[in-house]
Formats: sequence, C-alpha cells, structure tokens
Amino acid sequence: MRPPTNYKSRSMRLNSAWRYGINHLVTGLAILSTALVIVPLVAILVYLIYKGASSLNLDFFTHIPAPVGETGGGMANAMLGSGIVLVLASSMGIPVGIAAGVYLAEYGQGKLLAMAVRFTADVLNGIPSIVMGIAAYSLIVMRQMHFSAFAGGVALAIMMVPTITRTTEEMLMTVPHSIREAALGLGVPKWRTVLSVSLRTASPGIITGCMLAFARVAGETAPLLFTAFGNQFWSFKLNEPIAALPLQIYVYAISPYDEWHRLAWGGALVLILMIMVSVTLVRIYAGRGVLKGAS
Amino acid sequence: MTSFFIVTPSSMSLEREPEPSSPLTAPLTQTEATPLHAPAIVNFVASAEPAAAEGPPSPIRQYLNTCSNGGLADKTFAAVMLVCALSIFAIVLFILSILIARSRLSLSQFGFGFFTRSAWDPVSGDFGALPFIFGTLATSLLALAMAVPLALGVAIFLSELCPARLRAPISFLTELLAAIPSVVYGLWAVFVLVPIMRDQLGPLLVTYLGWTGLFGGYNFGVGLLTASIILAIMILPIISSITRDIMQAIPVSQREAVLALGATRWEMIRTGVLRNARIGIVGAVILGLGRALGETMAVTMVIGNHPDISKSLFSPANTLASVIAGEFSEATSSMYLSALIEIGLALFLVTIVVNAIARALVWAVTRGAPARVH
Repeated sequence: MRPPTNYKSRSMRLNSAWRYGINHLVTGLAILSTALVIVPLVAILVYLIYKGASSLNLDFFTHIPAPVGETGGGMANAMLGSGIVLVLASSMGIPVGIAAGVYLAEYGQGKLLAMAVRFTADVLNGIPSIVMGIAAYSLIVMRQMHFSAFAGGVALAIMMVPTITRTTEEMLMTVPHSIREAALGLGVPKWRTVLSVSLRTASPGIITGCMLAFARVAGETAPLLFTAFGNQFWSFKLNEPIAALPLQIYVYAISPYDEWHRLAWGGALVLILMIMVSVTLVRIYAGRGVLKGAS
Repeated sequence: MTSFFIVTPSSMSLEREPEPSSPLTAPLTQTEATPLHAPAIVNFVASAEPAAAEGPPSPIRQYLNTCSNGGLADKTFAAVMLVCALSIFAIVLFILSILIARSRLSLSQFGFGFFTRSAWDPVSGDFGALPFIFGTLATSLLALAMAVPLALGVAIFLSELCPARLRAPISFLTELLAAIPSVVYGLWAVFVLVPIMRDQLGPLLVTYLGWTGLFGGYNFGVGLLTASIILAIMILPIISSITRDIMQAIPVSQREAVLALGATRWEMIRTGVLRNARIGIVGAVILGLGRALGETMAVTMVIGNHPDISKSLFSPANTLASVIAGEFSEATSSMYLSALIEIGLALFLVTIVVNAIARALVWAVTRGAPARVH
C-alpha cells in the first residue's frame, strides 16, 4: 500500500506518514512472529525425524528391549501393546462416537438437547488426559487390584468419543438433504437412509476423523501411566499390565542409559509418522469435499 | 445423481405397488408407457434442490415426516443413537462421581483447607495442594504471556496478509504440530531445551535480567521457566489456529467497509477484524489456558518435580497434573492416594469451567449471527 499524495496541509501529510508507518511496522511484526514460530517448530520436527531415523532399524520392530548395559533390542512389545490397547479403545469409542454424531446431525437438529450434547462433547475434549487416567484407575484398577490393558483401553475410549462425535456430525452436515430425500421418497425407512445413504456418503470423512482420533490417543501417555502401566516383556492378556509405545518413550527418556534414549527417539518417530499420515489424509478429504469421493 | 433418478423409478415400479396419493410416486406409474415423463421427473427434482439447500425442512421432507414410515426399527434406531449421545453426559457425571467417591478420605480430613496449605509430606500424612496450584498457575500464565502475542501475530499473518500459496502449507504445519504427542515434546525438551536453558539462555538471563530477582538460585536447566517454554511451544499452534478460524469467520463486508473509509491495512485489521473477533480471541486464549493447565507429560519431564513455592523461575516446581503423574504409582497409603485423587478432582473441575467459558466465547463468534458492529 502506498500513501496518497494529494495532501492539503502539512499536518495531514505527517498524520498519513505516521499511519502508514504503523501499518508497515505491524505488518513486519506479524511476519516476524510467524517466522519466530514456524522456524523453531520446523526445527523441532526436523530434529525429531533426524534423531529418530538414525535409531530405527529392523531390530526396533522385531525385538523386545534389551537388558540394561546391552546394546540392541527394540520396542516390538510396546508397539504390539499399543496396538492391543488401541483396538480395545477403538472398539468401544468409535461406535459410541459415531452414533452420538448421527444423533446430533440426523435427529437433533435445532433441539436444545443436541446443543447441550455438542457443548458437553467440546468441554469433554478439553479435559486433561491424566484425569481420564485417574477415573479409569478408580473404576477398574482399584476394584481389580491390578493394572490391566483393559483399563487403559477404557481411558483412551473415553478420550476418543468427543472427537469422533464432532467430526461425524460435521461430515454428515455436508451431505445434501436432497440425497436423503431421494432415499426417503423411494420408501426407504429413516434408519436405513441414515445407514446406507447419509453415513455411506460421508464415510471417507468419518473414517479419516476416526483415524485422527486414533492417532491422537495413540500418543497419549498420561491416561496409561496407572492403567496399562507398562511391561518390559511380551504380554497378550487383557487383564494384565501391558507395554505401550508412549509409556515406553516416557520411561526411556527419563532413564540414564544412552541405549534407551536411542529407543525413545525411534519410538517418537514412529508416533510422529502415524500422526503425519492421518493429518494429511484428513486434509485431503476435508479439502476435496466428501461428495466428490462418493458419487 | 441424474442417472440414479432415471434408473430407479422403473425398477421400483416393478417391485412395489405405487400409492396413488403420493406426489412422488404418482408419475412413476406411467414411466413404462410414456417415456417422455422421465425428463419431467428429473426437472422436478432439480428444481426442488435449491429449496432443499436453504433450510432443512423442505416441502418434500415435511410431507415425508407426516407419513408413517418406520415402526419399530426406526424407533429403536433413534433410541440407540439418543442413548449414545446421552452417554457423553454420562461420562462427565461418572468421572465426577467416581473422583468424589475416591477422594472422600482426604476431602473429610482436610476440607477446603487442602487448597490453602503448603505442606506436602507423604511420610507423616500431611497434604496441601498450594505448591501445585502455584506451579500450575505460574507455568500456565508464563506460557500464555509468551504464546499469545506470537499466536496473534501468526493468526493475523495467516488470515489477512499471507499469500494464498503459503496459506495451505503453514496451516497444515500448525495442525501437524498441534497433533504431536505431549511425550514427544517432552523428549525433545529433555535432550535439547534443558541443555540450552542450562548452558546458554540461563546465564544470559542472569546477566541481563538478574536485577529483577526472578532468576536467583542455581540453574539446573529444569524448572518453572523451562516448563513454561515447552508449554508455550505446545499451546501456540492451538491458539493460533483457532484465532485464525475466528478471524476468517468475520464477514468480508466488515473489512471492505473499513477499507472504503480510507483505512490502512492495519487499521482495517484493528477496527474491522480484531474488534469484531475479540470475544472469540479471548475464547481461544482461554482454550489455550485450559490446555496448559492440564498438560502433563512434557511438564512432568522438565519441571523438576519438587513441591516448592519460590520466587526464582529457575527453581524446580510441580503442577497439579505433574504431581499426579509423578507420584501416583508411589502412593502407598490410602490417604496419599486420596489426596492425589482430590488434586485430580480439582483439575477436572477447573478445566471444565475454563473450557466451558472458552467454548461459549468461541461459539459466540463462529456460530452466532454476523459480527456486531461497534
């Protein structure tokens, strides 16, 4: 922007110069702050990838941790444990989350109850994950008197529900009413319309939303600290302590051994790659619109 | 979609007995005999489409709602969906009740004084949460002080100044960084930030800002300031992306009106955008505060974990969340456990209030009527 030149008086010219000066100053500050934020954040990302890539190898994916003092070993048991806990969490959290989202989008339009559910879901989304951990501990671990994979799954499932609910609702809202009306007009009952028309049309978006929720809770450590608890060995049983990748990263990061630090960096890279993939997919689907993928 | 409508009527008319009263199926009975009707149906649907896009209850929908259309299956399905939606309330109430039940011991022993006493002595069973409240508030507010100006700058840049080509990659990056797990930030902080604080930044601060008295004591690299910095890094992407969304929700007409009066770009942003968006921006900041209050892993890894109230920003401290993470598995006596669960209860209630306020403010801007003019 260039200041105009046809001024009537000197004070007006000075005033204008001042205003344009401020304009340039603030523009510069905004660009500077963006640079100040983006550069270190990118540096963190690059550093994590660099450190992680140099510690990943085949052993990392196939071996359990080596005893202290020995080199080698991997995090295979932690990845399997994370997988088991996450499958448990998804099998509880995803159906409930999608169903709640269906209620909000298909049945609750304009209802006060739906507003309240939406609001509660948003608030629940902001509750610290460690509180979920304590709740699952108080409910399951204190009663059973031992840590278990199941308790970890419950804690993560609770965290998945609000995210999935809101994504499902938003994706269903993008499905045009004319498609639903077409189905209803052909005599299809409403429940069938919701399942095979609305949900099916919105499915790419909903699936990626679930993936994002999955990736988010995959990196959660706090809810697993006193539910899944961690385990140095293979474990497959749902009512026993189980290893999990983020837990293992935490334990290894605060340990004094270099070899364990290396494993922690590798684990961090695995987590980040998972998140990168899901965020990218979400952007692709959010960007191109669900309908184009479905028709 | 067009093909969908042309193909299905003929097959439908073979399978079903059309009802003469229905306006949609009435023309379909003649499709076999007079194919000329088929385009008429397509036109009918096409003309109904814009009306349907405007408001949810279109005429067709209203008609269909009055028909009896489901019976048991429909009602069951609706009920199941409703129960799942209500389960979100149930989760919140359930967490609240179980936390109260499990912390009853400490609630009855210490009462409200729990939050004003600074003793934390597991050996003699004497507990007070004041050091953790101090640590939580100090780290969160310091983090906000560092993050908010930068986040605002980023949001202004992304929403008002950024060339279109750069916008998508930068937004993508902020989303990605908001999704990186806390423990990974903690890992980075332990191995990169702590040495920097200990060897470079810490001595610099002592030399230039030592007179304020905030940088006394021995600098271990871990402590309040390090925890605040990592918190600031973690909440920055969240605050800036929500603020950007809010700014973009302000109608373009507001900007054009201000520009038409001869304002510079900054004056346009200040009066046209920031003033209209201010409620939402406050909401975004409070949302960041809520995140900072409850952030656990990264803080636990770098704060030093010591229940101290000290003036120095270098001193080790502890937050509500980090004391739970650090000491929960060591809690041997039932009173110790109960005190930690009570801290969790406090954290739960505080974050519910903070998040409810923030959401209400953000909704006021992004969902309500067009922004008010002042």
